[in-house]
Amino acid sequence: MLCDGASDRLRLGAAAPDLPPDGFHAVFAADPSAVRVALRAALARFVRQMSADEAGTMELVLAEVLNNIVEHAFAEAGPGQIELTISRDTLGLLCRVEDDGAPMPNGMLPAGRLPSNAVPVDDLPEGGFGWFLIRDLTRELSYVRDGSRNLLMFRLPLAG
Amino acid sequence: MNIIAEALDGALVVRLGEERLDAAIAIQFKDRMREITTQPAERVVLDLSRVAFVDSSGLGAIVSVMKFLAPARKLELAGLTPTVDKVFRLTRMDSVFTIHPQAPAGQIPHAV
Repeated sequence: MLCDGASDRLRLGAAAPDLPPDGFHAVFAADPSAVRVALRAALARFVRQMSADEAGTMELVLAEVLNNIVEHAFAEAGPGQIELTISRDTLGLLCRVEDDGAPMPNGMLPAGRLPSNAVPVDDLPEGGFGWFLIRDLTRELSYVRDGSRNLLMFRLPLAG
Repeated sequence: MNIIAEALDGALVVRLGEERLDAAIAIQFKDRMREITTQPAERVVLDLSRVAFVDSSGLGAIVSVMKFLAPARKLELAGLTPTVDKVFRLTRMDSVFTIHPQAPAGQIPHAV
């Protein structure tokens, strides 16, 4: 499913300020195929330092965060760029995601309440799971709008 | 999209041969499921044993398939891999679907 050129738009290892040598940094286009490439590269970078369950959690959280940016921050703004920086410390992975798309509604993170499933089949939720999963699986989640940029930070706890 | 269907004991078993069911293919998946499920069957069993990853868009697409099959037909799931199982458990959608450990084995070799 990777489109030609997706990897061309992903700059891996570009110099990031204050990033330790064992960290991860990438700047890529805010589109689904470039997001997939970046996600794969980020996972490959840390997969040997975590359990299979932790790797699944990392993939899920990053996919939700990055897809939200593609679908919402750039829904009307058109093509843009996402910058992803991940560093490892004793507690886990510290993730920093920046983009220059539209701000979060009301400048705040969505509440991420789990939609009810105690409803007739016709009324079952088809969305609204993303922010619930992000909030449930991360720690120290924060969001700020800095000028024209969104900055989202969170920690993925690791046992090892 | 790598997806095949076969009729087995009154059920239509749909085997998804994609490693990821995510935002990039969720809409295509829904469209293909609509086409495939035009053949008659009381139950549709979606075999996810080849799918290592489902995100919230993929989950939403599966719920949407369940809704368009209802009320005449039931969507059941089979063969959830660990990360996929986790997504269903965390969102409590595991209580909405009948989930089988394994899909019925069929005649058609599983697409790789």
